[in-house]
Amino acid sequence: MNVADKKRLLREMLFARRFEERCYEAYVERKIGGFLHLYPGQEACVHGVMEAARPGYDYVITGYRDHVHALKCGSDPKEVMAELYGKETGSSKGRGGSMHIFDVKHRFMGGYALVGGPFPLAAGMAKAIKMKGGDEIAICFLGDAANNQGTFHESLNMASVWKLPVLFVCENNLYGIGTRINRSTAVVEQYKRACAYDIPAAHADGQDIDAVYTAAKVAVDHVRGGNGPYFLELRTYRYRGHSMSDAGAYRTKEEQSEWAQRDPIVILRDRLMTAGALTDEEFKATDTAVLDAIENAIIPFCERSPDPRVEELEKYVLAENDPYVKGEAQ
Amino acid sequence: MAEMMYWQAIRRAHDEEMARDPLVFCMGEDIGVAGGTYKATQGLYDKYGPERVIDTPISENGFTGLAIGASFLGARPIVEIMSVNFAWLAMDQLFNSAAKVRYMSGGQLTAPVVVRSPGGTAHQLGAQHSARMEKVFMGIAGLRVVTPSNPKQAYGLLKSAVRCDDPVFINEHELMYNMKGEVPDSEYFHPLEGSEVAREGRDVTLFGYNISVHWCLQAADILSKQHGIEAEVVDLYALNPLDRAGIRRSVTKTHRALIAEEAEPAVGVGAEVMAIVNEECFFELDAPPVRVSAANVPIPYAHNLEKASIPSAKDVVAAVLKMLGKK
Repeated sequence: MNVADKKRLLREMLFARRFEERCYEAYVERKIGGFLHLYPGQEACVHGVMEAARPGYDYVITGYRDHVHALKCGSDPKEVMAELYGKETGSSKGRGGSMHIFDVKHRFMGGYALVGGPFPLAAGMAKAIKMKGGDEIAICFLGDAANNQGTFHESLNMASVWKLPVLFVCENNLYGIGTRINRSTAVVEQYKRACAYDIPAAHADGQDIDAVYTAAKVAVDHVRGGNGPYFLELRTYRYRGHSMSDAGAYRTKEEQSEWAQRDPIVILRDRLMTAGALTDEEFKATDTAVLDAIENAIIPFCERSPDPRVEELEKYVLAENDPYVKGEAQ
Repeated sequence: MAEMMYWQAIRRAHDEEMARDPLVFCMGEDIGVAGGTYKATQGLYDKYGPERVIDTPISENGFTGLAIGASFLGARPIVEIMSVNFAWLAMDQLFNSAAKVRYMSGGQLTAPVVVRSPGGTAHQLGAQHSARMEKVFMGIAGLRVVTPSNPKQAYGLLKSAVRCDDPVFINEHELMYNMKGEVPDSEYFHPLEGSEVAREGRDVTLFGYNISVHWCLQAADILSKQHGIEAEVVDLYALNPLDRAGIRRSVTKTHRALIAEEAEPAVGVGAEVMAIVNEECFFELDAPPVRVSAANVPIPYAHNLEKASIPSAKDVVAAVLKMLGKK
């Protein structure tokens, strides 16, 4: 990655951070309801991996902590925020909410609530890619706790046996809601579990975008080269609770403080400043521009967008006017 | 028209759809090299190869989810789950992913996957191999459920299900694979909604689906020949959605309704049809609707107990006579 790329990534990660923080405020204001799972602390993971992959070309899928994955794939932040606001202009027309951001035109294939649900879906997308003969890959981003779900084992096994072009990225933030990984999982270092399925694996520092990018490049090249699946564990941390309903009392102050010293945005910013590629004024100006874009373009768009029409409650359950439902030959 | 067996009809639909569209593929346990437990995919492995006729590991939720994911990108998978008892394992992906993805995405994404699985009680296969689970599948918005009662439906429903853009669950029956029936020679697409009058009548409507259609037809024959009662038999090949208009039409004509189902009564097809009769044509009824269902027990192994636990044409006849106040 050159300096221009890194500055762009810094801007993107900063935007993601401010976007998520604004979601927090909107939730407290009751503009956003339901469950809200925020990404601060983990920005380098999706930004580093997708920088090594091809956003909008490769197919990406993840769990419920999905806003920033959608943004990095190319989603319009206005549509993502409008979805959180439950508006008709939202990416899922208000039908999905925070956990179900979808943006198929950018090949962001969803946010899913069932932990581990995306594993087989990702393997399946890889199967279709292989059948169609293209060079896209499927990328599944899930957390450490998802690796204990049956679907993890079934999907990694099938991806390996059938040599499917899928990259499994584990954003290991050490917790499944309030249960620390060492209490729930026999093998704590997640990359070690992939060998049970004969899948090559590696781990990297998820807070350092350069480290993530370097590891992701190896992973993406392996998968895109037709060598089958790859498993990449990124060691990271979420600065907020699991969701807005979570007080986070189960994490020690020491642990939180330790990880707070390793903010992915600060790490990249400082690296660029040390290299003389960025000044403090530039950074502050970027921050101001980001905050301005959110407050003066995105939020007003959401506020003035209409609610979905209640008359359309039953739309999108099944296909409309599908001739095969009536049994007519095409 | 040609006569063929239920399994041959299913196989023919697979072959035609796979020949036409290179993105149609099938997967399931032992469907490839072994030709399928029910022969529904016999010979397809040699013809289309291992990338399109896939022997899966024993991972029902995983491979059903994999098929769903493939369908997001335009593949058209036909998944065979060897027995509906094992389909419980795939509920997560079928219900949480396939059935909901169109709605959750505001119409951006669909999961045009077909899952076929035989249910029903066969020959002393025991409690974990004899379940009737159509009731579970039919309750979910976003998942179409159809159930063929003869080879023509087995062929035509699978053809339509593959082409339809919705996820479809096809509930087959363990005992029906060798059933013979006429199937059109030319390509035929059976509707995925509606119902069919299998026998016209006027004194009572007998609703059946899948194997119970045949009990109803046998019962109708006995009722006509021995009791002078003319029963109309309606084949509910579509379980989700059920054919409200067809149900109303027949009950409006006969004024009496009986539902024959192989499953336990609770929350079943019988319960649903009774609710629909209530809602659509209550005032047409001359008698309360009746359901003839299986006993509310896991299916026993002993032959006599197994026989006693599921209904037959005899039970349908007795129920009709009781309904009409005759002996």
